[in-house]
Amino acid sequence: MTIVLVGLLGLAAGVLAGLFGVGGGIVFVPALIFGLGLSQLHAEATSLLAILPTAIVGSWRQHRYGNIDLRAALTVGLASIIGVQAGVAAAESLPESQLRRLFGVLLLITSAQIAWRARRES
Amino acid sequence: MATAKLVGIGLVAGAFGALFGVGGGIVIVPLLVFLCAFDQRRASATSLGAILITAVAGAATYGLHGEVKPGAAAIVGLPAVAGVLIGTSVQQRVPLRALTYGFAIVLAAVGVRLLV
Repeated sequence: MTIVLVGLLGLAAGVLAGLFGVGGGIVFVPALIFGLGLSQLHAEATSLLAILPTAIVGSWRQHRYGNIDLRAALTVGLASIIGVQAGVAAAESLPESQLRRLFGVLLLITSAQIAWRARRES
Repeated sequence: MATAKLVGIGLVAGAFGALFGVGGGIVIVPLLVFLCAFDQRRASATSLGAILITAVAGAATYGLHGEVKPGAAAIVGLPAVAGVLIGTSVQQRVPLRALTYGFAIVLAAVGVRLLV
């Protein structure tokens, strides 16, 4: 039952990502925490795997539309591998409660950004 | 010079994405727009391509430490693909403003819930 609910949450996360142009991760992490009871660290780690299918489909579509600067994407992506090591080390060394609060702040910032963009576009 | 900027963006986005378990688009898109003069559409699309690599690197690194739950990832990640296709296809056709504020409020509420 929970699995069905969380799957629906995943579907909803995808719809929101498509509608509002945000990544799935911002919704996946809370879904994994509240839906499946994962810890903050495990939810974040798992979210990175969970965004892969949407990122693959999205990139493929955008590439077909000719919107991707491949050289830039490759440069940013490859450099990010080094950054990832620092991010993982930081997440693993922070206490769970602090990591969770940091993510809460990220949600507030993202929320403000979405509202600001909607206001500007209207 | 342009390459140096892109490498810088990648370093920051990778650290950010791994720390928060998100792709890093929230960092990459504005940086591509402001530092590299990308237009919004090209920045979003290019960010998506970069995130592909970030997500693989992040999942692999966390995975080596035993912190990834593949079953849980499949439960949310696979239905999300269908969701994104639905979301992008209706995006052009529905008035989004009220919906957008609604989504912003829900995100803020979850954020507060995690903070306290």
